[in-house]
Amino acid sequence: MSRSASTATETEQRAADRETMSMVQAINSALHCTMAADPAVLVMGEDVGFFGGVFRCTEGLYEKYGAHRALDTPITEGGIVAAAIGMGVNGLRPVVEMQFADYIYPAIDQIISELARLRHRSGGEFFAPVTIRAPCGGGIRGGQTHSQSPEGIFTHVCGLKTVMPSNPYDAKGLLISAIEDDDPVMFFEPKRIYNGPFHGHDNNGGGSGSWNDHPLGQVPVGHYRIPLGKAATIRAGRQVTVLAYGTMVHVAAEAIRTSGIDAELLDLRSLLPLDIEAVAESVQKTGRCVVIHEATRTSGYGAELVAEVQETCFWHLRAPIERVTGWDTPYPHAFEWEYFPSQRRIVDALQRTLAYH
Amino acid sequence: MPKTGGNQPAGAHSHPGASGAWVSKLHVPTGSSRPGEVPDFSALHLVSDGALFRPEPDCEVRDAEPLARGLVRVLDDEGVAGGPWLPELSDEHLLQGLRHMVQVRAYDERMFRMQRQGQLSFYIKSTGEEAVAVAQGMALDSGDMLFPAYRQQGLLFVRGRDVVDMMCHCISNARDNCKGRQMPVFYTWKDGNFFSISGNLATQFSQAVGWAMASAYKGEDHIAATWVGDGSTAEADVHNAMLFAATYRAPVILNIVNNQWAISTPQSFAAGGTTFAARALGYNIPGIRVDGNDFLAVHAVTDWAVQRARQGFGPTVIELVTYRVAGHSTSDNPDAYRAHNESDAWPLGDPVTRLKDYLIGRELWSEPQQQALEAELKEAVSRDWKQALSHGSLEDGPHWPVATMFDDVFQHMPAHLLRQRQQLEEEE
Ligand SMILES: Cc1ncc(C[n+]2csc(CCOP(=O)(O)OP(=O)(O)O)c2C)c(N)n1
Ligand SMILES: [Mg+2]
Repeated sequence: MSRSASTATETEQRAADRETMSMVQAINSALHCTMAADPAVLVMGEDVGFFGGVFRCTEGLYEKYGAHRALDTPITEGGIVAAAIGMGVNGLRPVVEMQFADYIYPAIDQIISELARLRHRSGGEFFAPVTIRAPCGGGIRGGQTHSQSPEGIFTHVCGLKTVMPSNPYDAKGLLISAIEDDDPVMFFEPKRIYNGPFHGHDNNGGGSGSWNDHPLGQVPVGHYRIPLGKAATIRAGRQVTVLAYGTMVHVAAEAIRTSGIDAELLDLRSLLPLDIEAVAESVQKTGRCVVIHEATRTSGYGAELVAEVQETCFWHLRAPIERVTGWDTPYPHAFEWEYFPSQRRIVDALQRTLAYH
Repeated sequence: MPKTGGNQPAGAHSHPGASGAWVSKLHVPTGSSRPGEVPDFSALHLVSDGALFRPEPDCEVRDAEPLARGLVRVLDDEGVAGGPWLPELSDEHLLQGLRHMVQVRAYDERMFRMQRQGQLSFYIKSTGEEAVAVAQGMALDSGDMLFPAYRQQGLLFVRGRDVVDMMCHCISNARDNCKGRQMPVFYTWKDGNFFSISGNLATQFSQAVGWAMASAYKGEDHIAATWVGDGSTAEADVHNAMLFAATYRAPVILNIVNNQWAISTPQSFAAGGTTFAARALGYNIPGIRVDGNDFLAVHAVTDWAVQRARQGFGPTVIELVTYRVAGHSTSDNPDAYRAHNESDAWPLGDPVTRLKDYLIGRELWSEPQQQALEAELKEAVSRDWKQALSHGSLEDGPHWPVATMFDDVFQHMPAHLLRQRQQLEEEE
């Protein structure tokens, strides 16, 4: 058998193992895989059981694994996380769904003071392997309580891992890693790209696509992991490094494409731990950096990125590091596209950075 | 595969069996129906039982205890009014109540349809539970402060809010008093003593207690009233509210609207096998469970709680047993999680029909008058809608000026927001 023939067979085999999935389906598939593999894994949260979740991410789990493993809960986020901690301490591996990231706050004490610190305060005796999934981000006319991106609050807490995928392939592999990780993981799902990539609302090249047409919408049906703490290079480039995650990866990619700037785009995927090696390698090559997120600006995760880049790349920088973020206001219902960081705002920042010689 | 065994308690012997699963003993509640099932509301125990007495509003909590597990009714299944809770309400007052309920229904129908046509981003109907907000609103004084959830739009009609203004809020146009910041139905109306509705469930419940504490602190007579859904009672805020209200004997009415569903989740997940009114007893607050589709009973029970609060005897918890006829909101299809037409099996009927039939029985009203009223209010809502659109639509505006999104974050705009606003203006 010739080498090329054997390669073709492998490729075919891999293709056969893959299916086109939306991000919702990929997340659902990750839950099916982990629940099939380990009876200690269960999902719990508001409307996740019989109904299959308001975004359909837990569909089919109730029928397949029963009411106790696709566990509908009372509406008390603090109670849900607290119960998940207790269940985790007693050998289970709960995957909590917060119906919206905006509704995590009633659970904040259980997350910050308990979940994140349990291992440390008990001298390593106790831990709770809880994953908290939360749909985040704007772009669905959700107003101020269905649009927030609170990831920066959690990266600020010691003891939590924080993840935000930007596509179905990553979502599944990262979620499986998160669930199988013995440390607590905050897993943010940008709901604007649940059903297709989104390029921003700008008139030029804006709008949404479908995951059917996207290479990362081809997702292995079986079990696989993407390690937490590894960034992905979406586009190699020489002029400037763009750091983004979640929905903004797609908006940034389109902004780069339409502007013709030779930017290197990194999808961080995991905010904590951060793949600082990949970030530093890129910025040391390009000498310029633009940081993008949808969350509010002040004390946001972008500030941490800017500090890290400055610390690791100071002697390579040829321009001040730029941040493109949401405004420091609640997410306004009528003005969500003026709030949402647009391609145009990104291109402006890229050009400002490139103007330094 | 992860090593889950590594986190087992010392000495634990429970390992998944050879089949890979434990034999679970965990109890998970069920509800009145799931699709394809025959609805069954018998677990609610909807009978008056011990609720057929009316203690004095200044009674000891223990003297009112049976009211927390029975069901206060005035209108029986045949539409006949009677019993110790029969309120003394004028004919005009009753007819006004009917009018408000019909208007709420007409408004809900119209706004729901407009959402389906893309004019609103979202909407929440109160169909089937109009008596709650309308009768309770009418039992309160205009100076009493309202801390509602999102399904008590009836309060706004009782308090006389301009319907065009309500609509302008729902389409975030240039006349929206929320300035385009809030999703539809999250009304605010300070002039009507109607608190800004939050998207985060139950937060208002304990805030209402604080408002009432301030009223008592200042020696005033105004009381506060607040509403929360059955599902939302699970939030800690509801328990905080009851504790503070009991501790400081706050002049507040804590209303729990048990409409059987919290999106797809049955009320049983929050009730845990008891009634919501009975929750109050542990806090030493009287709890009264009332037929929430009986306008007269809702009014009477609220009157009782108003008297108790205003006379300085403290809070009351009222559980209003009703039914959410529509979906949770425009975002869900209830046929996916409960029997199709489950509402037809709801044993407490429809609040509008019941009050109407009662008034017809007393010869204060007639079917032709009812039809004329419905037509009149439908017409009025259409007129209001056209007028609202003349102030701008969600998609095409005019809206508030975009830069106003930076206003009101603080009383005085700090420098970083001034800079951000300037950046936005330069982009435009
Ligand atoms: C803190 C918080 N958690 C979750 C939600 C999402 N949510 C909105 S309405 C709702 C159900 C509430 O049901 P219930 O309290 O019974 O009120 P109803 O809708 O029946 O009037 C849920 C879970 C929210 N808005 N806020
Ligand atoms: Mg409810």
